[in-house]
This record gives sequence, C-alpha cells and structure tokens, in this order.
Amino acid sequence: MSELTLTVMRLGFLAVLWLFVIVAVQVIRSDLFGTRVTQRGARREAARPQQAAARQAPAQPPQQRDRQGGGGRQRRNAPTKLVVTEGTLTGTTVALQGQTITLGRAHDSTIVLDDDYASSRHARIYPDQGGQWIVEDLGSTNGTYLDRSRLTTPTPIPLGAPIRIGKTVIELRK
Amino acid sequence: MSSTSNPSTHHTSTIGAIGAPSRRNTELALLVFAVVIPVFAYANVGLAIDGSVPSGLLSYGLGLGLLAGVAHLVVRKFAPYADPLLLPLATLLNGLGLVCIWRLDQSKLLQSLPNFFTAAPRQLLYTALGIALFAVVLIFLKDHRVLQRYTYISMFTALILLVLPLVPGLGANIYGAKIWINIPGLGSLQPGEFAKIALAVFFAGYLMVKRDALALASRRFMGLYLPRGRDLGPILVVWVISILILVFETDLGTSLLFFGMFVIMLYVATERTSWIVFGLLMSAAGAVGVGSVEPHVHQRVEAWLNPLHEWKLSRQGVYGHSEQSMEALWAFGSGGTLGSGWGQGHSDLIKFAANSDFILATFGEELGLAGIMAILIVYALIVERGVRTALAARDPFGKLLAVGLSGAFALQVFVVSGGVMGLIPLTGMTMPFMAYGGSSVLANWALIGILIRISDTARRPAPAPVSNPDAEMTQVVRP
Repeated sequence: MSELTLTVMRLGFLAVLWLFVIVAVQVIRSDLFGTRVTQRGARREAARPQQAAARQAPAQPPQQRDRQGGGGRQRRNAPTKLVVTEGTLTGTTVALQGQTITLGRAHDSTIVLDDDYASSRHARIYPDQGGQWIVEDLGSTNGTYLDRSRLTTPTPIPLGAPIRIGKTVIELRK
Repeated sequence: MSSTSNPSTHHTSTIGAIGAPSRRNTELALLVFAVVIPVFAYANVGLAIDGSVPSGLLSYGLGLGLLAGVAHLVVRKFAPYADPLLLPLATLLNGLGLVCIWRLDQSKLLQSLPNFFTAAPRQLLYTALGIALFAVVLIFLKDHRVLQRYTYISMFTALILLVLPLVPGLGANIYGAKIWINIPGLGSLQPGEFAKIALAVFFAGYLMVKRDALALASRRFMGLYLPRGRDLGPILVVWVISILILVFETDLGTSLLFFGMFVIMLYVATERTSWIVFGLLMSAAGAVGVGSVEPHVHQRVEAWLNPLHEWKLSRQGVYGHSEQSMEALWAFGSGGTLGSGWGQGHSDLIKFAANSDFILATFGEELGLAGIMAILIVYALIVERGVRTALAARDPFGKLLAVGLSGAFALQVFVVSGGVMGLIPLTGMTMPFMAYGGSSVLANWALIGILIRISDTARRPAPAPVSNPDAEMTQVVRP
C-alpha cells in the first residue's frame, strides 16, 4: 500500500471519529430543551406597546376583564395562544396546540415560574374532549385564581379571563 | 419583584410545544454511523498490514451491524422514549475494541507467543452474548423500581460475588491479583464486574431510605457539615470492606471502584460536601496504609513511581517484575499527536495483556492523542447521558441508581486509563467495552440496558389527564 493512501486513511479515520463525536454532541444540544423558545427580535419594537398595555392592565381591571370575559360564551372562537400579562415572564406566549401546559417552579414545567408564591407543580391547563380549555390547580400551597375566585375543581377558562398564580397573570387569547 | 419595577426583564419569547419526540430515528442514524466507523478501521488495518482489504470485512461488518440492529429494534419496541445516544456510543466503543483486538491478532510477534489464541472471534461471541443480555434486561425489566425490592438481596449477591475469588479451588490467582474465578468447562469469570451493578442497586435502595438521617443530623464546623458519629457507621463499614478487598484480593481497582461509587452516591443523596472530603481522606489513608504494608500492592506502587527501573529489573529476569507499564508509556509516546495509523504501530511489544488491560496503549500509538481524546470523550458522553438520565428521573431510587451506575462506569474508565497512562498505580481492571474479556462486555451491556430503561421511564411523556367524573358533577355553572 502506498504511503500516501495510508496517510490519507489515517487522517480520514481521525476526522470521521471526531465527526461522530461532534454529531453526538449536536444531538445532546438538540435534546436539552423540552420546549422550543423563539426570540422575536425583529418584532420586539412592535411588542413593546403591547407590554405597556399589559402593565397598565391591573390599574383598570374591571371593565376590561368584564368585556373580555364575555368572550367565554362564544366557545367556538377557540383560543390559539396563552399570554403571560403580568409577572417576570410578561410577554411570553405559548401556542395552544392541544397539549397540556404545566405551570410551576419545577424545571420540566412548560412555563417555569420563578416566584416564591408558586408551588413546584402549581397548575395545569389542558383541553377536554370538546376542545374547551380547562385550568386545574394541582394542590398548590397558595392557590390558583380565575378572576377573583380560588379554584377548587377543574374549571373551564373563558377567553381573556385572568388566571393568577402568585405574581404571574396569564390569559388565553385568540 | 414585580414586573413593573424592572421592564428590562420582559421576555419577548414564544414557547412552543414539541410533541414528545422519541428520538428513535436519531438513534438509528447514529447507530449506522457507529457501525461504519469500525468497518472503516477494519479495512484500514487490513490495507496497512497485508496491502489488501481483509477477507472477513463483510462478515465482521455484517455481524456488528446485525447485533446493533437487534439492539435498536429491542429499544424501539420496549423502551421507545429512551436516550438516543447511549446505544450508539456503546456500539462504537465495542466495535473499535473488536477491530483493535483483531489487529493485535494479526501481529507476528504475538502469534509467536506460547499462549496465543485468536481473540477477535471470541470477543464477537461475547459481544453477541452482551447484546442478548441487554435485550433480556430491557424485555424483562419493565420498570427499574422493581429492583428496589431486592435491595438487601443485591447486597448479599454483591458480597458473595466479591468474596468468590477468595474461595479455595474456585478462585484463580492470575498474575498477582485474585479477582478471577474458574468455572470448569466455561473458562474464567471476573465476578467484580457484575458486583458493581448489584452494589449500585443496593446503595441506591439503602441511601434512598437513610438519606434524610445522613443529610440533616449534622453540626456545622468550618463551613462543613460534620455528620454525627453514629451516622459514620455505613461509610466506615464500606471503607473496611474495600480495605479488606485490597488486602485479600490485592486489587486496587475493585477497591477504589467499590468505595468511590459509595461516596459519589452518598454525596448525591445527601448534598453534603463533607462526605466527599471524608471519602477522599479515608481512601487516601487506606491506599497509603495498605500500599506500604501489602507486598503485591507495594510493588505496583513502586512500578508506578519508577517504571524505567521496573523495566530494567524485568529485563534482567528478576521474578515478579513487569516491563509493561514502561512499554505502554513508550507506545503512547511514539504515537504522538496524530498516531502512526491503524496497523502500523508496535504496541504488540507489550506482549502479555496487550489486548485486554493495555488495549488503550494500542489506541494511543495508532490513533495518537487526537484519537485517544475522541475515545475518552465518547466515554465521557456515556457518563454524561447517565447523569442526565438521573437528573430527568422522577423517582429518587432511579436517580440514585443512574448516578451510581454512571459513576461506577466513570471510575472504571479513570482507574484503567489512569493506570495505563501512569497517572495512578496500575490495576487489573478492563476498559469497558473495548478490552478483551467476556465478563466485562456482558456486565457493561447490562449496565447500559438498565440506564436505557431508567431513561425511557424518565423521558416518557406524562399521560393525558383523565377527566374526573366527580369533577364533572360538581362543575361550576357556566355563564
């Protein structure tokens, strides 16, 4: 065998071995996240007024909430996303695609709450057979509030009704 | 801190759900890659030694591919959400080990030795048995928590396995270390390899129950939590047993593995750094004490400190000395950064145990530093996936078991490669998956099987919520 062929094979083998290692590390990297987070950098400017509005929301809640709470009756207008309107995660949205959304301080929650008032598995939001979204408190210490009432049973969520967990408020929107 | 007080923390991200990927196709792609690399190496060895592609290329390639395929199908059927990396990584190491053993079989120098036999076909047979054991573990171990029931049975099994080599007539003293047993008609077996799995099961079950007592009852002193005297009991018992192994079986590796695994699991179970400090102090004291008293261990330490002197003594024919350590170091040195290429090194000069304890020296010479680094990273990735599995596992027993198994694996790789490279005194253990030896291959495939089972349980998506009929009855009246 010529010296050149053997040298090429020797270096080629090392290259292939390292390629395997790199591919394996790439698989780990893609495996790290349970949820896909996309930064909307381009639309950040557009998002700001919306956040500002969200921040003012607690100042004038009654009218706004009543107006949006009326949407609960038209259940055919199914919500398409869940929006965090208050708390450290303000502005975060989750697309509703029929999956269960878990909320809490546990790392594997869909929305990880960094809040002393939240339990590690605080609440979950899931669709029932009819496609109606239900919020259920998972035995949390400080409770989950839909509008002003503390949840005791799994309860359907009207469109736009605020769900409060500790300092975080989320709502379903179209 | 409310959101209004700090607007800069506002997120503009969208969280989208990824529908519970099973990653089986990723595993298959990586597995094909992991079979192609050894086949490439095999052809390379043949071209370098004989100048032609070896005639057994097709059968070895197909054999390894078939075994990997069977393992993949078993995982697909019985552990669909398992970690996608563990199986390809183990297959790659096993395949490379096979190629290296075959390459050493071709050495004229080794063929001229009196006790030479072609090891590669046997190793392929052991690999097949190992994959079969892997499949059996996945098929019959539906839930790793079943092992929790056998906590104390595992302890007795482990102790019996560790003591077996000392039984007269059964144990075999091979070159100073008494870690083998002879089974008439079947050959010899290294029970320590299987003991490490049984011990991991016992430690996990034991620490899960006792960890609160070990973690909470402590006094704080100089930044360390000092455990109460009576809580030192278990660690003392394990320490004494590991010292006894060192004295009676004269094997530093098994002793280190045994004690190190316990300290790692104790640390993970209690989150107390003080256990690590105690463990290091105790193992250092034990190793130094025994090393200066017990003659065989003492000689190993001397050979480690002065390999060249040891080599000279051996060359002069002084009984009980070995030239291997120095020759392994020369093999690494002559490999350099990029190595000499498959089949073009002279690591067969190590002669005895070139394809088992010293197999890493052949890799070091023929693949160089670049190749050794890649191989060590592959080992590290297996350990990383094991620890990752422990993080993801939901039950404390599974967490501890995964940490214990991957910790034992990591310790074994460290002890063996450190011994061959001259970092620590040499021991008689084998490089997992790579070195020639049936017990090692079988036990490590079983270990990977258990890790895959735990990772399948950990990564399986939670079942969809069942609508509660009672809740429907008392539902709030909708507006």
